[in-house]
Amino acid sequence: MPVELKDVRAVAELARLALTAEEETRLVSQLNEILGFMETLNELDTRGVEPTSHPVPMENVTRKDQIEPFAARGDLMAAAPEVAGDYYRVPRIMD
Amino acid sequence: MYETVIGMEVHVELQTRSKMFCGCSADHFQVAANRHICPVCTSHPGSLPVMNGRAVELAAMTGIALHCQVNPHSVFARKNYVYPDLPKGYQVSQYELPLCSDGWVEITVEGQTKRIGVVRVHLEEDTGKLIHSGGSSLIDYNRAGVPLMEIVSDSSIRSAEEAYQYLLKIRQIVRYLSASTGDMEKGAMRCEANISVREAGAAAYGTKVEVKNLNSFRAVRNAVDYETRRQIALIETGGTVRQVTVGWDEPSGTTREQRSKESSEDYRYFPEPDLLAINLDEKWIQARQAELPELPEPLTARLEAEYGLRRQDVALLTEDREIAAFFEAVVQHPGTDPRQAANWITGELFRRLKQDNTDIGATKVTPAALADLIALVAGGSINQNVARDVLGILWAEGGSASAVVESRGLAQISDTGELDSVVAEVIATHEEVVERIRQGNPKPLQFLMGQVMQATRGKANPQTVTELLKRQLGLE
Ligand SMILES: [Zn+2]
Repeated sequence: MPVELKDVRAVAELARLALTAEEETRLVSQLNEILGFMETLNELDTRGVEPTSHPVPMENVTRKDQIEPFAARGDLMAAAPEVAGDYYRVPRIMD
Repeated sequence: MYETVIGMEVHVELQTRSKMFCGCSADHFQVAANRHICPVCTSHPGSLPVMNGRAVELAAMTGIALHCQVNPHSVFARKNYVYPDLPKGYQVSQYELPLCSDGWVEITVEGQTKRIGVVRVHLEEDTGKLIHSGGSSLIDYNRAGVPLMEIVSDSSIRSAEEAYQYLLKIRQIVRYLSASTGDMEKGAMRCEANISVREAGAAAYGTKVEVKNLNSFRAVRNAVDYETRRQIALIETGGTVRQVTVGWDEPSGTTREQRSKESSEDYRYFPEPDLLAINLDEKWIQARQAELPELPEPLTARLEAEYGLRRQDVALLTEDREIAAFFEAVVQHPGTDPRQAANWITGELFRRLKQDNTDIGATKVTPAALADLIALVAGGSINQNVARDVLGILWAEGGSASAVVESRGLAQISDTGELDSVVAEVIATHEEVVERIRQGNPKPLQFLMGQVMQATRGKANPQTVTELLKRQLGLE
């Protein structure tokens, strides 16, 4: 099922992206092209191949439950567009 | 006749020291805003999450305690949504392959036990806190990334009472495991309910309404009752229930519709590429099993069998693992009557715990002191009323019961000689009362008894006093 304009608009809405009409049209064709690649992949016979979520041969990488404080919280907050005292500030979000 | 169909989603904050994917402290209660943050939990580009191994263990242990299967292969997924409570634009959660699945818990309602299915137990990260103020929203990310466990029930819950009992059971279990404080007041446990109604006996489910914001046990009970009534009224007046998300509003006792929720399709879940899969072998799962403490059901059965206690007393003692441990510490003192120990704990101690809003670990009354107190009563050294006063002193000051009785001269007077004169004096000063008794009305005996107790500051052996009164009044 090819991607249509309404699909692009729906995804853009979920991602809070404001697309121009020209961008929307371009994305429709680009996304359809990507789906085309998937069709090519679908030609492969993958019977007997275990589904995988990660391409690297690693698993269970965990850390100990230890507190390692980050020293430069000021730098983090300085990178935000806006702060108010100890808080990050954004335009009011309606519940 | 209608029946209510309820499924519950319970979110439980795990009691770890550090966050789910970074080394920041997981403590966020009454901490100044944005003190426990780092590039990972504030989503700075290039930062990479690493799983907290203890969080995985605690969630697996919870799964085992809920009779779930711990899945040999589970995967984290991104749940995509745009909201500033998580600055990444997604929440790391589990979707298709959760850590645990297919379990159950048993609840008891009006003497009937019933199994409620647990569909899954999965791990995710908690979100930051938002404060809406004027034209801005202020954000504190101390809670962002705190390990959160979601426990999802099936839809076999049928009433507000069952929902309440289910929640109690979940809290009891996570507390037994020390997996969480389960403290709803502090937000360590939060709850959502999917509620629908249908004609009793109907095969199909009604349209469900998702109720959020259930932040107390009372809210759960009230919200289920309210939604049930609202939906039935709607159907009976020819309306239809719409599938919506509502928030419980505690002050008004009503539910209010919230902005329409994105469907699960809209979350565009996909495997989290920054975190590796969790693959657990039988040995690892057995180690978690071995780490479990004695759980409420087996403990209940054991206390009943071992100490011959009544079921309702055992239920009270096992509500909290610390209480049960305290009880067992009391009765391990030789000669302590388990029933007396249970009575003192579920009676006087519970009353004081509740009154002072504290827990057993914080009291000054030691198991040894309570065992001593019980022995003093059993041996006739003090009577029940004095014992209650002694417990009050132990509660306030700690120490040993014998020492309190000794230093305050509270030992019971059973000595007939000493009590004889007190009884004689009470009889002499209450002629009118005595006259009534002699005319065949035994009721005022209690009054004279009280007078003797007052004169001896409650220390008289009640049995001895009764005997002496009867003898001196010639009633025998
Ligand atoms: Zn962090």
